[in-house]
Amino acid sequence: MNSFFQPFFEYANEWAPQLGEAMVNTALLSVSGFALSLVFGLLLLLAQGSDYALISRFAKLYITVVRGVPLLAVLFLIYFGLPGIGITFDAFPAAVLGLSLCFAAQVGEVLRAGLKAVPNGQREAALSVGFTPSQSFAYIVLPQVLRIVLSPMLVTFVSLLKDSSLASLITVDELVLTGRAMATEYFLPLQIYIAVGLCYFVIAWPFSLLSRRLAR
Amino acid sequence: MDALLRVTGLRKAYGPVEVLKGIDLSVRPGEKIALIGPSGSGKSTCLRCLNFLEKPSAGQIFLDEEEIGVRNGRPMSDRELAPQRSEMGMVFQLFNLWPHLTVTENVAIAARKVRGLPAKEARELALEMLAKVHMTHRADASPAELSGGQQQRVAIARALSQKPKLMLFDEPTSALDPELVHEVLKVIEELAAEGRTMLIVTHEIAFARDVADRVLFLDGGVIVEEGPARNVISHPREPRTQSFLKQIRH
Amino acid sequence: MPGIETLHFVLEGLLAGVGVTMLVTVCALLIGTAFGFALSLVREFTRSRLIHFSVDAYLEFFRNIPALTHLFILYFGLASIGLRLSALTAAVLGLGLIGAASTCDIFRAGFRALPRGQTEAALAAGFTPWQTIQFILMPQAMRVALPGLGNFAVQLVKDTSVVSAIAAPEIMFYARSMVTSSFQTTLIYTTAAVLYLLLSLPLMQGVRLLERHYGRTKG
Repeated sequence: MNSFFQPFFEYANEWAPQLGEAMVNTALLSVSGFALSLVFGLLLLLAQGSDYALISRFAKLYITVVRGVPLLAVLFLIYFGLPGIGITFDAFPAAVLGLSLCFAAQVGEVLRAGLKAVPNGQREAALSVGFTPSQSFAYIVLPQVLRIVLSPMLVTFVSLLKDSSLASLITVDELVLTGRAMATEYFLPLQIYIAVGLCYFVIAWPFSLLSRRLAR
Repeated sequence: MDALLRVTGLRKAYGPVEVLKGIDLSVRPGEKIALIGPSGSGKSTCLRCLNFLEKPSAGQIFLDEEEIGVRNGRPMSDRELAPQRSEMGMVFQLFNLWPHLTVTENVAIAARKVRGLPAKEARELALEMLAKVHMTHRADASPAELSGGQQQRVAIARALSQKPKLMLFDEPTSALDPELVHEVLKVIEELAAEGRTMLIVTHEIAFARDVADRVLFLDGGVIVEEGPARNVISHPREPRTQSFLKQIRH
Repeated sequence: MPGIETLHFVLEGLLAGVGVTMLVTVCALLIGTAFGFALSLVREFTRSRLIHFSVDAYLEFFRNIPALTHLFILYFGLASIGLRLSALTAAVLGLGLIGAASTCDIFRAGFRALPRGQTEAALAAGFTPWQTIQFILMPQAMRVALPGLGNFAVQLVKDTSVVSAIAAPEIMFYARSMVTSSFQTTLIYTTAAVLYLLLSLPLMQGVRLLERHYGRTKG
């Protein structure tokens, strides 16, 4: 057992900076992906409610496709596949794009559920005191939606953070890829992948805890 | 005397189902009117048509000779309707207080955002309105901490804060536990005594008899009987009114 | 534009992985559901603090660490200390253990959705606590959990793609190896995506039916 823990102490000052840097990259990737997911998710939500049948049907189809196609397939398609028809991305933007295209559906769904959770009477009461529709939304509906969606949004973010590990397979230099490089360098895959797992845990756990507290 | 509110030929249909089949109504300033009738008779829909929360299928509504919901022969959008709606204070069956705001904020926010009062003045106005409904002591509470009766009183204060020409009460005590009904009716009675114009949809027959000037009995989307409160409730002429009143008393 | 022959070639290559994708999905689904159910029972119906803590720790461990990392630990990590698992075993075990954390949450939500009166009525009728769980609570919780489990299965089909990273020969694995010998990259990865979609669609339809069915009874 001692020999299992020993490398952690022996190499701490070599591993810590490498993993620390990789953690920053993972965080950067996840935050960018999540930010873009919010944008796409909002667009998707608007598209679903669109009066034009073509647009709302596209939104529905998009959600079905995204629910059925793995993120990894999307990432490979963007990064390795699209160059075949002359569209090339760098690894990092490809990963951000793939993550946000896939998570937009989930984000849109969370927003939709949040809107649905605010009873119609709230809006009616707002209109009855003389608010315009946009005022009703801004002062009465939106603050309630934000409070409702915060917890599920954090859960979504943790999912996205975990899935950002797949970006390693299209050569984005984040935690897992760094771990793989270290594993070959030190021949200590068990210890190194556990360390990588802990790095994810350190980022994700606070969000998980917070989301559960907010859900209560 | 001129009518404050005038309704002519009001109809409302949901698809093939006609809920209101032509309502004519005229309300003088200061008059208190109770709308009674079995559930599904259209009385709530009628009230909700007055401030266009439901869009009437036909008919006209005038408040102070200004037509509601129509401008230059065209239907108005919710945005255009806002100033007209703020002239009518509405109290809902389920209160519909805004849970993310405190009691005072619930009452003050319309004054601030609709009429543009400064924060301090809006707050003073809100406290004044809360005093009218005897809720000053919970001014900083959140709606979720209040009993149903207290919530409804705050909702009344919210409607009062608009300085409305007309108050609309949509079954204000139907969602309350029996022991909480009284405190809300008492507040409404006090407002009535101030000479406010109000329309009340209610199942509280004794309250209608004692407080309203006039009672309208609706059934099947039409006004079946109307007249001074005591007459309609104590000596109804129409058989439908008689059987309804008999049922509700037992 | 690639001709029909190219498409045929690509399809044939990828279809070789469909069997393994389905095998991994089904095995992980079984392990994940059974183990997750056991965890939920233990977590909901025992009072031992140690057990609660252990289950919670398990859930947090799998909730907050990516599947890929778990797979690497199982496949590369354990091999380095002499515990060599085949790619397929590691894939099924990994996805099953991760899945158990998800299904445990789903079942627990099912148990918690039941009104307290159900237990009281059963105990009052003379059931033992275990009989109460077995005959009264479990059947109801299962019904509530069913749509959630369906969604879990849909997610699992997609998650199997990750095991290509430890060389388990499923669809994505074949897609990657074909790319090295052919330049039809766009076609290969598009076809792979469509294959996954075709595998998921019936499941998604099933979930929709379940939700519609139970949505009616549950309000």
